[in-house]
This record gives sequence, structure tokens and C-alpha cells, in this order.
Amino acid sequence: MDLSFTDEELAFQSEVREFLEKNLPSDVKERYRRGVHFTKEGQVRWQKILNEKGWMAPNWPKEYGGPGWTATQKYIFAQEMGRASAPNPMPFGVSMVGPVIYTFGTDEQKNYYLPRILNSEDWWCQGYSEPGSGSDLASLKTRADRDGDDYIVNGQKIWTSHAQHADMIFCLVRTDQNAKAQEGISFLLIDMKTPGITVRPIIGLDKEHTLNEVFFDDVRVPIKNRIGEENKGWTYAKFLLGNERTSIARVAQSKLRCEHLREIANTEKVNGGLLNEDRDFMRKLTQIEVDLMALEYTELRMLSKIEKGETLTAEPSLLKIKGTEIQQRLTELLVESLGMYGAAYDSLEVREGRNDLNFAPDYAHGPMAEHLYLKAASIYGGSNEIQRNIISKMVLGL
Amino acid sequence: MDFELSEEQVLLKDSVDRFVQDNYSPEDRLKLSQTELGFSRDHWKTMAELGWLGMAFSEEVGGFGGGAVEVMIMMESMGRGLVLEPFVSTVLLGGKLVAEAGSAEQIEQIIPSLIEGETMLAFAYAEAQSRFNLNDVQTTASKSGDNYILNGTKAVVYHGGTADKIIVSARTSGDALDAEGISLFIVDKDAAGLDIRSYATVDGQRAADIRFENVSVPAANLLGAEGKAAPIIEKVVDQAIGALCAEAVGAMAASNEITNEYLKTRKQFGVPIGKFQVLQHRMVDMYMDAEQSKSMSDMVAMKLDIDYNDDARKAVSAAKAQIGKAAKFIGQQSVQLHGGMGMTDEYSIGHYFKRLTTLEMLFGNTDYHLNRFSSLS
Repeated sequence: MDLSFTDEELAFQSEVREFLEKNLPSDVKERYRRGVHFTKEGQVRWQKILNEKGWMAPNWPKEYGGPGWTATQKYIFAQEMGRASAPNPMPFGVSMVGPVIYTFGTDEQKNYYLPRILNSEDWWCQGYSEPGSGSDLASLKTRADRDGDDYIVNGQKIWTSHAQHADMIFCLVRTDQNAKAQEGISFLLIDMKTPGITVRPIIGLDKEHTLNEVFFDDVRVPIKNRIGEENKGWTYAKFLLGNERTSIARVAQSKLRCEHLREIANTEKVNGGLLNEDRDFMRKLTQIEVDLMALEYTELRMLSKIEKGETLTAEPSLLKIKGTEIQQRLTELLVESLGMYGAAYDSLEVREGRNDLNFAPDYAHGPMAEHLYLKAASIYGGSNEIQRNIISKMVLGL
Repeated sequence: MDFELSEEQVLLKDSVDRFVQDNYSPEDRLKLSQTELGFSRDHWKTMAELGWLGMAFSEEVGGFGGGAVEVMIMMESMGRGLVLEPFVSTVLLGGKLVAEAGSAEQIEQIIPSLIEGETMLAFAYAEAQSRFNLNDVQTTASKSGDNYILNGTKAVVYHGGTADKIIVSARTSGDALDAEGISLFIVDKDAAGLDIRSYATVDGQRAADIRFENVSVPAANLLGAEGKAAPIIEKVVDQAIGALCAEAVGAMAASNEITNEYLKTRKQFGVPIGKFQVLQHRMVDMYMDAEQSKSMSDMVAMKLDIDYNDDARKAVSAAKAQIGKAAKFIGQQSVQLHGGMGMTDEYSIGHYFKRLTTLEMLFGNTDYHLNRFSSLS
């Protein structure tokens, strides 16, 4: 057992740190630090910078454009990104569909899509959930019927984050109406410009437009856009969900929030002194920091297992539950740190990243938006209730 | 001992319930919250005609002589519908301050017009550094001839942008945090030197930051004795906290009913999700929290009607702390149990969550009131 990094790893850490200091655009950094929603332009600009360096896809194998890092290097990179307030690339392409394509796709699919993901030419979104199927994903109803070389897709997806920006959507569709729930599902890659696709915004409780409904009305999708075998889509979907859960602990991001909270506590006044002298408040912050440390070392233990070639079972569910709970407690405390200014939330001000009216301290714009937005963290990617079911079944055998 | 409502009180409750039923569908409320004003002047007129705006005032000042229990009844029903009209700002804060501290002339000038729905008020008490401490007042008022000159900035003044008159706390003497030396002034919305910046708040209401730059008010606008406002502010705010507790109780009850119904209808894995034990237990915890909150809210209203003493003050803080905790839990879990639906602006449950979130923080969050409770013991 050994906690310390090797000299090579320390050198790598310095390299990453230096790169981020020099190359992360300040406007992108500022939005992320505040907890304000990104702009597509800023996100794409930043992703292109990462890609030029070859760091767009830390998890991808080298042959498809990954940097060939060890698990420890990936960990260091994630930590440094968080430390620098650098947003991660949009997950839908690089973390979700990308690995599905290079694991199960045809050569043609790999050659076409993977470079486009790395170079941010395609913005992807995820067509999993449907109005009737949330946590019970296998009950999905969107259907794809064969017609010559095409599928004809009909149905509806919901909670599609950032679909309004997307060029491509990866979708689970039912290709066999008579099979049992988890069989008869296929995995399709669909061009968002195909006639018959309509995107309708869902305004969130943070008053922002992140979510969408996506409607498919006789949408023609070439059969060659299917991943792997027909009716085996569930296998690829599960593979993808597994990937999603490992990246969900967001330790680096939460550390950044803790730091932000300490800054606010050093500024915000209470009873003639500073908030950092308020024992109740500081106790809550400290408790979160300790919990975060427990999460971090749990993640590191799992990392060390992966390095040794072991396979994880329900560990990602643990990371998801604890990680999202910490994220939510942090944003709740961020709002609390503002006192009465917690209520002063005007989404228009926040959306534009400005504060023309000049009300409230500058750091007050962001925490409430994030608090509201992150209520979804314990819902998406399989609700935390579902994650607990997974642990009780897979680990505890209950 | 009697926790049941009298016949008149039942009638009052029915009438507010009916108003909410008729005017506050989730769609109506959402639309209203998105207008520039943020509430409806027509609704305000109706509330005046129904006699609600005078309910909280004694007969001596021209009101209908209701007490904290009547206020509790109204606020609980309004909480169910997340009513947006400035009842708390105008009646329970501004109006009560005038009624408690005002001269016969000030009362005569403001209260009847308020009861008729003509005059709206706001109470500017908080400042950026004051957090929840009502005595942390840095805005100053200095005597100059027959006038007072006000300087300073007040933060998050609910309905500060739409009020006709703003009641403002300012320091006429003493050091920061001193209870002694705080005074109240009535300031007209168009007074020279007043800079009002209005914005939307997260709970669908409107607030303003208000800057006073050499705002000159006649000495006749001093409300109560100079430097002696702190106990009056504390009393009026405590009564308002009692009312906000009742509002939270109404909002929690409605939130739980909506969520309970959702658990019965939303199907996953072939059954209504309410069949899953983990969700049943969660819903039970939410129900228990709402019931305990109702008990605390009723208790505090009855205590405030007996006398405003330390016992009542402790009751206020106990209720606010308990209800604040419950409000957060129920608000957050209601969203969680709705899954994605809970995350949308269009569906009502998120609006309950947001109002409950601000109710926890208004006039002191759970920590603040636990400390106050302990300091009063």
C-alpha cells in the first residue's frame, strides 16, 4: 500500500497544471466557477483546445485518439481540471456514445464518428428516457420498423439535455414489438437534421432551457447507423450506463465548490464578524469536506482495483449516490452562505452572465441556479433509489 | 384546550380556500409570476373587498380585530396556492409596524387606505451585512432641521419595487448591532435620492435592493419614538414569522398531496411507484413532518394571541426552526419523488419546492432560530 505519487506522476501533474493555467479561456473558467450554465460556443472552443493537446478523451484507447494514460494519470487529470475550474467536455459524445462506438461499432462508424467527436464537430445528445419509461428504461416504446435499407422511427424521447444544440442523437428504439422488455431493443445513431424530428424545449425549475422533448415522426434512419446487432441494444445501453456512473462522483468539482464556499465565508458578514467565524456554518462545511475525503479515497481504492485489472460490480453506484448527495449539500450550503441574497435569483441575469442591475454581491449569482439544477443529480443516470437497489441486490444479495 | 376552529374561523378559511381554488391554478400562478408586476391588482382588490386586508388590525385602528389565529388560517390557505399578492409585505409587516408604532395621524393616513387596497407597503430591514440580525443596521438617518437625511442600502426588500410607501429601519444613534438607536421611517416611493432596483426572486415573487442617497424625509415621517424601534420590529417580525410558518404548512400540505397522488398514478416496472417500500417510507416521513409542522404553527399562533412575551418568542423560534427543516425536506423530496417531472417549470411541484426553500431562509434560517431559542432559555 502506498498513497504517494511517483516522480513521473508528479511531473505529469505539473504539466497538466501548467497547461490549464495557460490555455483555459478566462470566460469559460469564470462561468464554470460561478456555477452558471455554459455557452455552446465557449464549450466548443475549450474542447478544441483540449483536443489539439490530445487530451479530449482521457478514457479512450490510444488507437482511437486517447492519450494512453494510466488510471492514476486520468485521476490526476480530473483533479487538476477541477482545481483549475475547467469544465469537462460534454459527456454525450466523448464519455457515452464514443466508447460504445469504438467497442461495438463497425470500422466505418469508428472512422467517421470518433474523429468528429474528438474535434467537436458533432454535438451529441442522449435519447434514452421516454415519458412512460424513466428508471424503468426497458419499457421504452419508440419503435423502428424496417423499410428497405432504412428504419422508420416513430415515438418520443424526453429529458434530452442540450438537444437544442445537437447534431446527432443516440437512441434506444424497439425493433421487435413481440420480444420481452429488454430484448428487441436496438441502438441507433440519428442525424438531428433528418426530416420528422422535432425538438421542443422544457424550461427547468431554474428557468433555464437545458431539457427537451424530442419527437420522431416517420424518421428515416439508415440501417448502417445501427450499433452492433439488431435487438441487442440493451447490452450496449448497459455498457454505456456503466461508464456514466464511474464519472459521476465529481470529487474535483466538489472540491472546487468547497473552496468557493470558503471564499464566500471569508467575505460574507454575520453579527459584525465574518461568516467563517460562524460555528454552525463552518461545521456544516467541514462535515462536507470530511465526507468528500471519504468519497475521494473510496474512488481511489476503486481506481487501484481497476489498475490491478479487477472488475467493479456495484461500486459505481456507491460513488453516484455519495457524490450526488455531496453535490446537493454543497449547493444548498452555497445558497445558505448568501443569507437573504439566496432568494435574489433572476435567471435572465444569470443566463447572460452579467449583472447590469448591480444588485447583490457578484458571487451571489450562480449558487441558486446550481442548487435548483442539481436537484436532478439524484434523479438522472438512474435515480439514487435505483442505485441503492443495485447495491442491495449485487453486493448484499438482498 | 381546543385546536379546532370556531364557526367564524371556518367561514374565513372557506372563503380563502375558495379564492385560491378560483384564482390559483398552477397555470394561473405561473402566468402571474411572469408578469412584470408579479401579482394581480384585481386579486388585491378582491382581497380588500372580502375584508382580509383589515383582518389583522384591531378595531381601534379601523381593522376587523382578528388575531394571530385568523392570520394563520388565511396564510395556510394562501400557502396552499402559493399566492403572490403582497399580503405579508403590506399587511403583516408594513401595516403592523404603522399600527404598532404610528401616531394617530399616521395610522389615520395609512391604515384605512391599506385596508381598502389602495396603499401598498414594503418593509426594508435587511442589509447586505446583516444576514438575519434585525439590529445590524448601518443605514443612517441624521436630523437636519425639520427633516431626517437617510443614507444606506437595503437588501432583498420583498415588493420594494411596487410599494407606495417603504417602511425603512435606520440608525439614528448607537453602534452597529446595538438594539438602541434604531428608528423607523415612512418613505414615499418617489422620494428624491431613492434608487430602487427590482428583480425576480427564486420563489416567483419580486424584491428590490434600495439605495438611499441623502433621501430627505420630514420628521413627521418618523414612525414611533426615535431610536426605540427595535422591540417593535422584533414583535412585528415575530408575528410575521408565525404567519410564514402557517404559509409553509399550507405549502407543505399541498406539496405532499400532489406528490402522494403522483406516487399512486406514475407507473414504473408495471406498478404504481407508490408500491415501492422505499418511496412509501419517504412519503410517510414527509407526512409526519407536515403534521408536526401544523402542530407547531397552530401552537405559535395561539401563543402569540395570549401575549407577546419570552414564551411566545421561544415558540416563534422553535416553530421556525422545526418548520424550516421540514420545509426543506418536503420541498426537496417532492421534487425527487417526481423524477424528471419535478425538474420542470411547467409542473407545479418545483414551485412549492422553491417557495419552501425561501421560507426556510426568510427572517432567519433553522440555525439562526435554534440559536435564538437557546439564548431565550
